[in-house]
Amino acid sequence: MASITLKDVVKRYGTGPKANQVIHGVNAEIADGEFVVIVGPSGCGKSTLLRMVAGLEEISGGTISIGGRVVNDTEPSERDIAMVFQNYALYPHMSVFDNMAYGLKIAKVPLAEIQQRVDKAAKILELGQYLQRKPRELSGGQRQRVAMGRAIVRQPQVFLFDEPLSNLDAKLRAQTRLEIQKLHAELGVTSLFVTHDQVEAMTLAQRMIVMNGGRMEQIGTPEEVYHRPATTFVAGFIGSPPMNLIKGVSEGARFIVDGQALPLPGAAPRAGELILGLRPEHASLSAAGNPGWQLKVEMLEMLGAERLVYCSAGHVLFTVRVEATLVPPKVGDIVSLQAAPDQLHWFDPATTQRIA
Amino acid sequence: MVERRATLGILAHAVMVLGMLIVAFPLYLAFVASTHTAQEIVQAPMPLLPGSHFWDNYVAALTGHGGGAGSNAPVGRMMWVSLVTALVIAFGKIAVSLLSAFALVYFRFPFRGFFFWAIFVTLMLPVEVRILPTYKVVSDLGLLNSYAGLTIPLIASATATFLFRQFFLTVPEELVEAARIDGAGPMRFFWDILLPLSKTSMAALFVIQFIYGWNQYLWPLLATTSEDMYPVVVGIKRMIAGGDSGNEWNIVMATAIMAMLPPAIVVIFMQRWFVKGLVDTEK
Repeated sequence: MASITLKDVVKRYGTGPKANQVIHGVNAEIADGEFVVIVGPSGCGKSTLLRMVAGLEEISGGTISIGGRVVNDTEPSERDIAMVFQNYALYPHMSVFDNMAYGLKIAKVPLAEIQQRVDKAAKILELGQYLQRKPRELSGGQRQRVAMGRAIVRQPQVFLFDEPLSNLDAKLRAQTRLEIQKLHAELGVTSLFVTHDQVEAMTLAQRMIVMNGGRMEQIGTPEEVYHRPATTFVAGFIGSPPMNLIKGVSEGARFIVDGQALPLPGAAPRAGELILGLRPEHASLSAAGNPGWQLKVEMLEMLGAERLVYCSAGHVLFTVRVEATLVPPKVGDIVSLQAAPDQLHWFDPATTQRIA
Repeated sequence: MVERRATLGILAHAVMVLGMLIVAFPLYLAFVASTHTAQEIVQAPMPLLPGSHFWDNYVAALTGHGGGAGSNAPVGRMMWVSLVTALVIAFGKIAVSLLSAFALVYFRFPFRGFFFWAIFVTLMLPVEVRILPTYKVVSDLGLLNSYAGLTIPLIASATATFLFRQFFLTVPEELVEAARIDGAGPMRFFWDILLPLSKTSMAALFVIQFIYGWNQYLWPLLATTSEDMYPVVVGIKRMIAGGDSGNEWNIVMATAIMAMLPPAIVVIFMQRWFVKGLVDTEK
C-alpha cells in the first residue's frame, strides 16, 4: 500500500505563450489505503489529473509521489498502479484469463502464480466460469468486472478508476458501486476514482476532491463538502437539486434581494454584497404571514417522495423541497419560507469563497 | 430481395447465368484447347468439347517438351519462380507495410507528416513510371535474373501502408494505454495486440498482393533474361512466336490454365477472410 502526494501539479499542452494550461497547481495528500474520489463537471481536468498519476500524461510542473517515491519520470508499468478504464480497454482477441494474466506474463511472474492470482481474482469477482470466453461474449457488467480483475491480479499499490461505471445501466451501476466498496474494504488498496456523478462520489468517497476549471475547489469528506462547501461552485455542484445561491446586499439582519428585504434569522457575517446559500432541503414553507420570507409560488414539481416548490422574490427563484405528503401550495400563492439559521451559507461574491 | 415472385426469380437467374457464361466461356475454350493437339485447334471450326490429349499436353508444358516456334522452357520451373516471387512480394509487402504503418501511427518523430505524405504521394506513381531508374539500380546492384531483383523493387507498398494506418487509427487509444500499464513495450504491443487484431486485414491484403505479385509482367520482362528465371506470365508470352510461325496453341493454353490456378486457389480458400478483412469492423 502507498500514499499519493500531489505537489503543485501543473499540466499544460504546448509551450510558450500559446500554451494551454489545463491543471493549475493541484496539491493533495492521499493517505495509505484511502479511497478518494475526484469529481467535477466534464472538462474540469479530473481525468487528466488521474492520467498524470497513472503516467499516461506527462507532468508539466510540480511532482507526483507514490509511496514517497517521486514518479514524474517513471513509466506507468513501474509505478505500481493499476487502472480501470471507462470503456474497459480489454484486449478483444484474448480470453478473459489472458486479459487478466497479460501484465503478469510480461512481468515474468511464474505460470503457477499467475494461475493462482487469476483464479483468486476470478473468485472474488465471480468470473470463474467465464475465464475462457472472449470479451465480446460478455455483458457490459461482466466486462467491467474483467477490467477490475485485470487491476486486482497485479496487486498494485494504487488503483486508478477512470469513470468505470459510466457505461453501465443505472441498476448495474448501483450494484457495482457496492461491489467496489466491498472490494476496497477487503483489499484496502489506496484508490483514486474519477467520476462526474455526484452520487457516485458521495457514496464511494472517504474523501473527495471537487475540481472545476483545472483547479481543486475543495478536498474533504463527503459530509464536509456537503455541509461546508468551500466555494459557490462546490455548493452548486454537490447536492440535488442544487443549493439556492442568491446574490444580495446584507444590511444588519436583513438581506436585500432584487428590491425585496428578506429578514435574516441571525446577522450576516458582514455588511455589503454577499451570496447567500440555502439548500432546498433545509428550508420549509408555511402559510403567508408567518415570520420568514414572503415568496410567490411559480411552479411545482412532483418527484414521488418529495415535491419541489419554485418560489420567487422579484426575479430571483428559490427551490424548496417539501415532503410529498404535505398539502402543496398552489401556483400564484404567497408562502412564507423559513430557513434554519445554522443552514445558511455565506460566500464572497468577488472570490466565490466561503465566508461563513 | 424482398419480393418473392417466381418470374422475377427466374429472370434474375437468367441474367446471372448469362453473365456467368460470358465470363466463363473463354476460360472453357482455353481448357478445351489445352486438351487437343495443335493441328485440331487450328482447324475451323475449333472443337468445343474436350479432347483426349489432356495429359500429354500438360506433361509436355510442365517439362518443356513442346516443340513450337517460340520458347519451350519448362513451365514447372516457371510456376516455381512465380510462386516464390508472389509469396515473397505478398509477405514482404505485408511485413514492411505493417511496420511502417506502426511507426507512422504510434511514434512521434521529426518529419512524421512529411514521411506520411512521401509514402502517400508514391501511391500515385505506378511501377511503370519509375521502371527505368529502378532497372538501373537493380542492374547496378547485380540483381538481374535473381529472386531479389524480381521481388524487392515491388515490395514497398503505399496502398498497404495506408490500409494498415487506417486500421491502426481505429484501434482504441485505451488499448495502447492499458498495454503500457501492463508493461508492454512498443514491439511487445505490436506483436501481442496489434498483429492479432490485424489478422483479417492481413489476410485480405495477402490475397490482393499475391495476385498482384503473380500477375507481374512488365517488370519481370525487364529484370530477367535467362529462361530459368521467367515467371509463368512472362513465359506464356515467350511461347508465342510472332509472325506466321506455327504456335503450339495447345501447350500455350495448358500453360495459361496452369498459370490461372494458384491465384484462383488463393482466392477460393481465403475468400471468407478476404471479405471479412474488407468489411469487418469488429475489433
